[in-house]
Amino acid sequence: MTELPTKTDRKLGLVIDLDTCVGCHACVISCKGWNTENYGAPLSDQNAYGANPSGTFLNRVHSYEVQPPEGAAQLVHFPKSCLHCEDAPCVTVCPTGASYKRVEDGIVLVNESDCIGCGLCAWACPYGARELDAAEGVMKKCTLCVDRIYNENLPEEDRQPACVRTCPAGARHFGDFADPESNVSVLTAERGGMDLMPEQGTKPVNKYLPPRPKDQIGEIDILAPLLKPVAENPKGFMAWLDKTLETL
Amino acid sequence: MHPAPSVIIFTSLSGLGFGLLTFLGFGMPSPTGFVAFVFFAVAYLLAVGGLLASTFHLGHPERALKAFSQWKTSWLSREAWLSVAALLVMAAYGAGLVFFGVAVGPLGWLGAVLSLATVFATSMIYGQLKTVPRWNTKLTPLLFLTLSLAGGGLLSGQISSALMLLVAAGIVQIAYWITGDRALAQSGTSLASATGLGDNGAVRAFEPPHTGTNYLLREFVHVVGRKHASKLRLISLILMIGTPVALLSIPFTHWIALVAVIAHVAGLFVSRWLFFAQAEHVVGLYYGKR
Repeated sequence: MTELPTKTDRKLGLVIDLDTCVGCHACVISCKGWNTENYGAPLSDQNAYGANPSGTFLNRVHSYEVQPPEGAAQLVHFPKSCLHCEDAPCVTVCPTGASYKRVEDGIVLVNESDCIGCGLCAWACPYGARELDAAEGVMKKCTLCVDRIYNENLPEEDRQPACVRTCPAGARHFGDFADPESNVSVLTAERGGMDLMPEQGTKPVNKYLPPRPKDQIGEIDILAPLLKPVAENPKGFMAWLDKTLETL
Repeated sequence: MHPAPSVIIFTSLSGLGFGLLTFLGFGMPSPTGFVAFVFFAVAYLLAVGGLLASTFHLGHPERALKAFSQWKTSWLSREAWLSVAALLVMAAYGAGLVFFGVAVGPLGWLGAVLSLATVFATSMIYGQLKTVPRWNTKLTPLLFLTLSLAGGGLLSGQISSALMLLVAAGIVQIAYWITGDRALAQSGTSLASATGLGDNGAVRAFEPPHTGTNYLLREFVHVVGRKHASKLRLISLILMIGTPVALLSIPFTHWIALVAVIAHVAGLFVSRWLFFAQAEHVVGLYYGKR
């Protein structure tokens, strides 16, 4: 049903560490790999080996340049998937009830057999977290790997979203935000975890940890004297060459 | 936003059809027999034709009936209910006029109110979206309602009402454009708030997630044609408002009325194309676009 629950028992979601993410896109690949052959319709590609490839992804990594008023610019890699918002606008606009937010854990899901592919939920999402699959005509989105996290057929260490499991940098964390003692709650509190587009009023569950300030290169470098330009005023043969070349 | 022809045709034609039904429901005019049949046939062709066009952009049109289930929260679902209710009530009212020469007043009024409510629900599908600041304004429903009524007045041959409503719709249209051009900047959503990185410095999109395009860019980031927007706005105003107003001001003949209607519909299509093509979805910010 498209009425949002007033409260969910748990608030499962991700913490994404923008300081640690190296922009390798491994989470994008593992997400597509797991989700194209598990929950719901496959994530299709169109013209995958042609001139203009395109496809459905539930997780995409952007890269941004941040230029502070002084000092060097910083490159920030920015993975983005569904934020499983508490006030999910994608759910309430759905005319068929295909989109819903689970009361037990807060995961936002699409029941694909009820989806008419009108696309209105993707219009309502400010984050671009929903993509209409061009082959299946139904809306695809991050399921928080609902078919992994409760799956007792998997070894315990694999019972987390594929993106979290695969991240080689440890930039992604999965947990319950309703529990103030959980790993994700502690990380968010310690590192000043933030919401994306808070002004949209969606109350996203996923939090982003801002990049730490970079070290500043000091004025003094002990190697500096050794790195002086070799000869500012050449002598001898080099002086003659310099002069001759100038006159040419 | 991608200006999909199916959605432009749907909102324009069904708006006209329900506008005409509103006038018919209020008994302006109140024809009987064959003349009534022609009026109602035109209204139903427009309204139902528009609604059918809207199903062409669905991924699974065969499941469209499911869209009636979520009227508690979804404007799309409410629109489905209201449109069916309006069409059924007006069919009963129209049958009275066509076959029995009887106008059942209260039934007509109910049908007229339901017809207007349908147009309102259509406009709220767009007006409710915070993600498209240009649409997220009271002017969106006002624009859809005034245009629908102006078109209805024109089609029903209510010249004095049509003149007033056309001028009113023109004023709302201009106000919508002027405020719309500032809407994204005033919404407070920017690349800085989208990434949360604004406190650290000026944020610039450095590299997109993929070298190719994707659903989001195709659906939400439409920049082609925006450069001609001011010319198209003028063309739309001249066709949609100016031409019918000028033509209605000279002595009435059916041929002149036909030209006025054709000009109005052509201008309406341009206006509705701009409504979609110029609307900026905030997700474009993530791609360094608007």
